[in-house]
Amino acid sequence: MPILVRVPTPLQKLTGNRGEVNASGNNVKEVLANLEEQYKGVRERLYDESGTLRRFINIYVNDEDIRFLQGESTKVKEGDEISIVPAIAGGKRA
Amino acid sequence: MGYVLGLQCRECGRQYPKEPLHVCEFCFGPLEIVYDYEQIRRVLSRETIARGPRSMWRYQPLLPLDGDPTVGLQVGFTPLIKAKRLGKVMGLNNLYIKNDCVNHPTLSFKDRVVAVAVSKAKEFNYDTVACASTGNLANSVAAHAAEAGLKSYIFIPADIEMTKVVGTLIYGTTLVGIRGVYDEVNRLCSEIAANFPWAFVNITIRPFYGDGSKTFGYEIAEQLGWKAPDHVVIPVAGSSLITKVWKAFNEFAHLGLIDEVKTKIHAAQASGCAPVTTAIKENRDFIKPVIPNTIAKSIAIGNPADGYYGIKTVKESGGYGEDVADDEIVECMKLLAQTEGIFAETAGGVTLGVARKLVAQGRIQPDDVTVLAITGNGLKTQEAVMGDVGSPILIDPRLSAFQDLFNGKEGK
Ligand SMILES: Cc1ncc(COP(=O)(O)O)c(C=O)c1O
Ligand SMILES: [Zn+2]
Repeated sequence: MPILVRVPTPLQKLTGNRGEVNASGNNVKEVLANLEEQYKGVRERLYDESGTLRRFINIYVNDEDIRFLQGESTKVKEGDEISIVPAIAGGKRA
Repeated sequence: MGYVLGLQCRECGRQYPKEPLHVCEFCFGPLEIVYDYEQIRRVLSRETIARGPRSMWRYQPLLPLDGDPTVGLQVGFTPLIKAKRLGKVMGLNNLYIKNDCVNHPTLSFKDRVVAVAVSKAKEFNYDTVACASTGNLANSVAAHAAEAGLKSYIFIPADIEMTKVVGTLIYGTTLVGIRGVYDEVNRLCSEIAANFPWAFVNITIRPFYGDGSKTFGYEIAEQLGWKAPDHVVIPVAGSSLITKVWKAFNEFAHLGLIDEVKTKIHAAQASGCAPVTTAIKENRDFIKPVIPNTIAKSIAIGNPADGYYGIKTVKESGGYGEDVADDEIVECMKLLAQTEGIFAETAGGVTLGVARKLVAQGRIQPDDVTVLAITGNGLKTQEAVMGDVGSPILIDPRLSAFQDLFNGKEGK
């Protein structure tokens, strides 16, 4: 089940300079884990030592912030899009 | 001559050199200035400060410049006023107003951050400064760029108050109005900042810029006779000012200039744009962005850059957050003007309205030393009160015309 993941510029060094990549999984957590399997080093940029998502990383599923869905357990299916957006960029539109 | 050791990520602690950087390349956290407090302790005392200039530069060792400031030398050291008449109305015996309505040169607290930012931009050898602004920052960047002889590009939401537009254009800047809300302006500016070699004061050199706001807190403590108040109520937009006032009190305590800080810092927002105070009330530590809709345009930021730290400041200090509706903002602008003779902008109405709620809730007690952060001038937001202050009484230039109206009656 490929899910499209949008990767911000600072992480594109890890994804072979690609801004959009495919990954698989049934929820956000699984997709991000799969991303690490494909592109080593992504995980430590997204999660802190205790395994929680870093505060200044925002994850969106189809333009909705996962903090207002079910967090990392938010389910995803084929055709959904996940965006990784550094908060400093001003985030997404409300 | 400066006391800056470098920059550090507030989140993961990674260290960076003293350069125009603002975000940690590893974890995306914001960077913060690291000062050499041991050296500062040797040169800074109540006496050296008291002998310093009557401006924000009396605290120069605690500001992030390497040399002396080159613009904005007269900024700051605004009045701290004991508000007796307003205090009486509010039931407060020790109420103070920190009055940045009269800050030099553009009549808001933003002159503090810009004096530092533009001086720093010159140290970094930029020839152009820029900003994303809700209005006050626009005025200040344009003015200081003119004073410094630098070029400037200023980005605002297209629908801000006319006075703030004119009060930017007059300085001969390039002003770009964007059809959208501030958060869209800000997002666009971070993209522009990545493509143009300009010092965006609140993006590219944000860590340096932000520390200018500390002087608002230093002055309150010094003007209260070297002590931190029991409460400060602060209008919140991006959450920089509130975070830095808290930092200022704690730095003063750390340096032994004041005793232990017991100040409760309270956040004030307009109900039409209250992402920070709503998070505080709902006991969340993250922001749910909103689309602003309020007359308090200067603080209409729906997705605040330092929102997390704003919430943290309030929680750490034991303060609270409240919001007030637009009609109450106008009512409080009038109350402040009619009790203290101070015409503050909409953000001042927000601060006063929130303080009144906090008193009603029992969070502020009658004898507590309470400071209202009045951060901008009402002449810049006249649209907000235009329909609510009445109009002049028109008469012909004859004594009898006046007598017909006022004989036996009293004026206000
Ligand atoms: C008059 C006034 N007060 C308060 C603020 C809030 O400042 P901050 O963005 O640091 O929270 C602003 C910001 O634009 C302002 O213009
Ligand atoms: Zn970091």
